[in-house]
Formats: sequence, structure tokens, C-alpha cells
Amino acid sequence: MLNREFGKSRGRGPLADKIFKIAATAAGAYVLAVILVMVLQLGWESGPLWQQEGIEFIWGTDWNAVEGRESYGALPYIIGTLVTSAIAMIIAVPLSIGVAMFVLTAPKRISEPMGYMVELIAAVPSVVFGLWGLLVFRMYFKDLIEQPLHDAFGDSIFLFSGNPFGLDILSAGIILAIMIIPTISAISRETMLAVPQQQKEAAYMLGSTTWEMFRLAVFPYSKAGLIGASIMGLGRAVGETMAVTMIIGNATGFAAIPHSLFDAGQTMPSIIANEFIEASPASIHVSALIAVGLVLFLIAMAINVVAHFLVTRMLKIREGAVNN
Amino acid sequence: MTAITTKKITSSHIGVPLDFVGSKYKMITENVNVYYGNYLAVKNISIKFPEKSVTALIGPSGCGKTTFLRCLNRMHDMTKSARVEGKVMIDDIDLYDKSIDPIYHRRKVGMVFQKPNPFPTMSIYDNVVAGVRLNGVHDKKILDEIVEDSLKMAYLWNEVNDDLKKPAIELSGGQQQRLCIARALAIQPEVLLMDEPASALDPIATQKIEETITELKKDYCIIIITHNMQQAVRVSDYTGFMYLVDLIEFRETRKLFTDPKNELTAKYVQGHFG
Amino acid sequence: MFKANVKNRLLVDKIMTGVVIACTLVAIIPLLWILGTLVYGGAGALSWEFFTEEPGAVGSGVPPAIGPAIQGTMIIIGLSSLIGVPIGVMSGIYLAEFGGSWFSKQIRFFTDVFMEFPSIVLGVFAFLAIVLIVGHFSIWAGAFALSLIMFPIVARATEEALKMVPYSVREAGTALGLRKWIVTLHIIIPAAKKAILTGILLSVSRISGETAPLIMTVLGSSQFFGGFDSPMDALPLRIWRFSLQPYDEARLSGWGAALVLVLIILAIHIAVRYWFSRKNTDKGLISRIMGQRNVKN
Repeated sequence: MLNREFGKSRGRGPLADKIFKIAATAAGAYVLAVILVMVLQLGWESGPLWQQEGIEFIWGTDWNAVEGRESYGALPYIIGTLVTSAIAMIIAVPLSIGVAMFVLTAPKRISEPMGYMVELIAAVPSVVFGLWGLLVFRMYFKDLIEQPLHDAFGDSIFLFSGNPFGLDILSAGIILAIMIIPTISAISRETMLAVPQQQKEAAYMLGSTTWEMFRLAVFPYSKAGLIGASIMGLGRAVGETMAVTMIIGNATGFAAIPHSLFDAGQTMPSIIANEFIEASPASIHVSALIAVGLVLFLIAMAINVVAHFLVTRMLKIREGAVNN
Repeated sequence: MTAITTKKITSSHIGVPLDFVGSKYKMITENVNVYYGNYLAVKNISIKFPEKSVTALIGPSGCGKTTFLRCLNRMHDMTKSARVEGKVMIDDIDLYDKSIDPIYHRRKVGMVFQKPNPFPTMSIYDNVVAGVRLNGVHDKKILDEIVEDSLKMAYLWNEVNDDLKKPAIELSGGQQQRLCIARALAIQPEVLLMDEPASALDPIATQKIEETITELKKDYCIIIITHNMQQAVRVSDYTGFMYLVDLIEFRETRKLFTDPKNELTAKYVQGHFG
Repeated sequence: MFKANVKNRLLVDKIMTGVVIACTLVAIIPLLWILGTLVYGGAGALSWEFFTEEPGAVGSGVPPAIGPAIQGTMIIIGLSSLIGVPIGVMSGIYLAEFGGSWFSKQIRFFTDVFMEFPSIVLGVFAFLAIVLIVGHFSIWAGAFALSLIMFPIVARATEEALKMVPYSVREAGTALGLRKWIVTLHIIIPAAKKAILTGILLSVSRISGETAPLIMTVLGSSQFFGGFDSPMDALPLRIWRFSLQPYDEARLSGWGAALVLVLIILAIHIAVRYWFSRKNTDKGLISRIMGQRNVKN
């Protein structure tokens, strides 16, 4: 009835499994190859820029694409990235932790839809955030907050001294904050969930309120994870392009270094987005932009590696505690 | 195949059944040791399993019965930390010989697991022929025949033949286990390994499985692990008692239970420990 | 004195509860505001012509249409999936079925890290790797850039999906004398189909909104697809273009296009939620894929 040799058809020999393993491993290693090639290409193609400017590119503040007088420096954009990200973090981290606490403690009927809506924020594309920020948020923000602040404190506090048009680092920072809340709150939530049940129960047993339970049992234990979550958000903020590009005001060179919250600025992603297409290939303008990209790549990579490391270590500790 | 004539065996550690006359051995293990890392899980087991018979392996939990059983079809290849020494011979071929392809020879040894594990996304029909079809056989007539024969041998045909396309996971536990038996039989193995096949089932399903085993032994060499000593008495011809990592005694079932030669065996079958 | 202390503590607790609720509301209000603005500002632009025609000249008084943008988005999603999904699935298979070694741990780590790379850098990379070589803007370059965003998401989703299939299924397949590749591709993958598809769909929703990688690869265009070597439009690019034009009609079209884009994305999310919520709800899996960070190791 059945040919006893039925196991010998094509693809059923031991070679097939060897090929399978090689193919799967190659697919896995693809990501490493891409990262490697990316670094090499960015480095190579930005070569002309490094040759001209050298390492001073990193703290230079010129940005002149005129032929014969070309001079480039990335500092304004590094500062712009750091400042907008800092603003975003100051706003987003407390809000996100609050959201995480809410979702963890509210009754399911409320916490589920609320938690879901916060997650949905991450689904809105950056360009839509930019559109809304540019056409809607900016108007209200400028008139209701920036202008009054400028009128009241413009002379005394340098932060409010710039002329508010709404296309500035503060607006960009706020939009960024909204965008990174889902990231930080989701990971914060998982981190706080990872606190062993015994710790939480011990706090309750001592008669503490919910807030005190967080303060005594959850926060100390999950500190590393919360920091990791925040750094993840930072990594996201650093790489965010479109929303920032549309709101930050597109300043270049020395003028892009902000002196007040209401000054226009420029970030590393936004300068690339704004100028890459127009840059003349005859100059080293393109190389300069690629060099900015390389710097951005390295910074983002460093931030993300640190963040991942912190978060996974926190969860490994939890697994260890559970197993004990 | 060695024909064994009546022989006096003195040591009950060697797995040759006493008073055994003139039949063939299907599977022979010689000095099988299994290590998980540095931990010795199975120590020096040599057994000769006769063809067309049922051998039961009994013993308290954790003494290596399952580990030993998994040597017989090289399932330990799936575990990185496991190391198997010794020989496992089926029809004069050592499964652990470097030159042979274990996967091909695994088809000679079917396995039924403790918990039924039908393939979750497949129908009854697809489950039964999975081992055959995924190995390249596509002729529908042959597959239909195999499905019917296997399900009949597993005493399941009458209950499911009206709707073979039904998802396998919709069957009851006992039916799923018989389906797994049918699936194992479909590849026409020569040996059938069963790891406590009825332990997760209710008494009626258990009885059906035992009937199946009794029928199957007319054609197959069956090795079954069981916690249930009455079950061992009911279905098996030979029984091996394992304790910790050793094989303590191996004899005809009747004799092992009524007149055990080893003190430990006696204690176990009398229920002094379990 | 203890009594007074308890009163204070309860008060603090109440205040903190209020604070936490406020945080959540503050986080959600912008979302609702945006959605409201999209509907209010963009609904007026929607029409059959809006979906199917080319934008036409600027300043003509009629809201410019987004036909090429919609077509372009579909095409680029299809091509990116063609590249990104197979690599992602195979990579997930590697992590789930061949994992455990130090090397696989590094791969998992870098796959997670790669998921968060600034997408503008990926666009520059695709530009250097493809556009520079072939000498013109290329749809394949755009698809390649987007595939780089897709494949880590698909890989991790596939890995989690495969891990959810019980080990006993693999044992059963192996005991039947089946090769590992057959067990994996013919038994395990079909068993994990749903979750893998979820990961693919969520990665699609993610790339449909990506703008930065497309800027220097497909550039954008006012015309329908004209071959793999010409620039092409896409919804996010078109929205950006509209935002730079000071005309009211352009603004209106911008809202309309944004509305269409967000509706597509929401539709995918809701479909995934509904489809996936029937079986096991690994909500962590979904939130991880939705542009957030993968936490489990």
C-alpha cells in the first residue's frame, strides 16, 4: 500500500535542514549587516565634509552653502535636538508615569479604554501631528500662552524674550512630548507591573494608601526601569522628524541656536529633511547633511542601547526574583 | 536476529526476560546512559524488547522512565543539554551510529505522548496523514486508505468518520489521544512508544485505549510507560521496574508482580511507595 | 496625633489620584483634538474626485486631489512588504527556533534597537545605497527604506507568535520523523498565522504614515505612477506638500488627506484588535508593535 521509502522525496534529506538553518541565521544576521553597512556608507559619503571641516564640525556653528565660501557646523542642530528633546522629556516623563499609574490602578472599565487611547496616540503619523501643530495648535498656543508670557516676562526672564510666532522650539518640544507619551507610559507600566507582588502586598499590609504603596514599594524597585522607559522616549524624540520639521521654524547656522523658548531652531533630523533635496551635489552640502545624519545615528544608537539595556536588566531581575 | 533458547539468567538487571523461548527481538538497548549536563538521568540500561508484544515500564515519578523512552526514537536530539551514550538497536541498526540519518529512522518508531497533542490548526484527516503527507505522499487514494486504516486501528473510526474535516481540537481528550495513536500508526512504524497514554483520560477512554493496545500488539512491538500497576498487568507481557535511574528488574509481567525477585520491586508493587 | 497623620495621608492620596487622572486627561486631549480637527477640517474635502484625480495646478480654487498619493501609498506598502515581510518572518523563525545562543541574544537586542532608528537616517541610507547608484529617484529605494522599518517589527511579532505555539506540537512533529524545516514551516507557522498576520498588519499601518524615508527616495509627484524609476507620490508626502502651500484649498486638502491616512491606520488597528481579541489577548504584543519598544528579552 505505501512505499516504505516515502521519506526520501525532495527536500526531505538532512541537507534541507542545514539549508534552512543557514537561511534563518542569515535573516537574523541581516539586521547586523544593515547596521554595519549603514555606518560605513554614512561615514564614507560624508568623507568630503570631514576632510574639509574635521572634527570641529561637531562644535562649529556655520552653515553656509554658497560655493567658494562653504562652511558647515552641526552644533546648532545638536543643540536644537537636545533642547527640544529636553523640553519634551520634562513634560512627558511625569505625565507618562501618571498615565501608567492610572492605568494600573483604575478599574478596568475605565483603564482599558483610556489606556487604549493613549496607545492610539502612537498610531497617528508624525506628519499629521505636524499638520495639526502648524495649523491649529500653534495658533492657540501662540495667542493664549506664548504672547502673554512674552508680554509679562519677556524682559525679565530670558526664556520668554523671543518674539512668539509659534514656530519655535517650545512648540516643537510640546508636540514631541505628546508623541512620546505612549512609549514612556507603556514601558513604565510594564516596569511597574514587574514589581513582585510581595512588595506591593507588604506595603498594603502596613496600611498604606495607594499612593504610598507606589512611593514605598513600586518606585524604588522599578527606578531603573522607569529611567530606561524615559530614555526610550528620549531615543524616540531625538529621531522624530516630520512634526518637528513643520513646527520648529527652520533656522540655520548660528541663528539656529535658540536663546529663548520662543526662538526658531533646527534639529538634526529637520535640517536633513529641509535641505536634502535642494542641496547641490556639486558642493559638499550633501556630505554635510550626511555627516549630520551620521552624528544623529550614533547619538540615537547610543541612547537606544542604554535604554534597552536598562529595561531588559530590570525585567531579568524580576524574573530572578520570581524564580527565587 | 538471535534466536534465544531456554537459558538460565542469573542477574535480573539484564533485560532478557526469563523463561523466554524462541522469538525475535525488535529493539535492543545496550548500556544506555543519559546525561543532562552533568546530571545522570538514566543509568546503564540494557533491555531486549521482543516483537509483537507489550512491555510496560513502571516505577515512581522522576526515575528516568520518560528519559529512557525518549532515547528509543532519538527525541533527545531536540534538547541541547542532553547526551546519550550506548546503543539502541532496531533490527540490527544502531540508531545512534554516526553514519545513519536519525530522522529517517525515526519513522520506524512511533510515539504517543502523555498529553494529547494533535496539530492545532489541522482537521482530523490532516492530522492522521500529517506524517505521511508532509513526507511527500500526495496521492489522495493512498491517503484516504491510510486515514481509514489508522483510525480503525485506533478504535476511532466509528466515532469520527462522518466528519473527518472537523478541526482536531474539537474532539474530546480521549478521542484526541486515539487520534494521536492513529497519527503515529499512519507512518507504519514497527515500534510504538507510549508515555502514560491514558493518564490524562477518564476511565472509559482509558479502557478504550487499553483495548487498542491489546489489538495492536498482534502486529507491533509496544513499549508503554504507566503509573498504573493494574494497567500494566492488564495489557503488558513484560514489565520493567525502574527506580531512581536504574533498571531494577525486568521479567514477564505475571511473574514480576506475583513473585518479584528484588526487594525494591516487591515494595513498589505492594504499594509501599509510589 | 496618629489620627491627624492618617487624615493627611488620605488627603495626599486623594490629591495624587486627582493628579494621575489629570495626567491621563492631558495626554488624551490632544488626540481627541487632532481627531476632531481632522474630521471637522477634512470632511469637506472628501469626494470621489478627491480620491481619484491628480492635484492639478495650485491656486485654482478647487481643493487639489490626492489620487496619485493614495495610489503611491498602496504601491509603496506592497513593495515594502515584499521585501520586509519575508526577511522579518525568517528572522523571527531564527530567533524562536534557533535561538538560545549568545549570538541570537545579540541579534534580538539589535533588532529591538533597530526598530527605533531615526527614519530619516534610513532614508539617507536608502538614498546612498540605491538612488546614488542608479542616478535617479527610485521607488525601490523608498520600498527598501520602508522595509527596514518593517522587518524588525515583523521579526519580533513572528518570534512571539511562534513562541506561543506549545512545545509539544514540535515534539509531535519530530516524533513523526519530519524534518525541522517541515515542522516549522508546515505546522508551526500555520499555527501561529494569526499573530504573525497581526504583526504584519501593524507594521503596515506604521509605514503608511512614514514621511521622512520617502523624501529623498521617491521624492513625491503630482502624477500617477510612471514607472519604477520615476518619482512617486505618497499620502504623507502629499500632506507635507499641502502644509507648505499657503492657499486655503491646499489646507483643506491637507486635512482631507490627513483624515484619509488616519482612517486607514485606525481601520487596520481596529481590525487587528477585533480579530486578535477573540483568542489570547497578549496586549503587550500589540502595544509593543505599535511603534513602541519591545521590552521582553
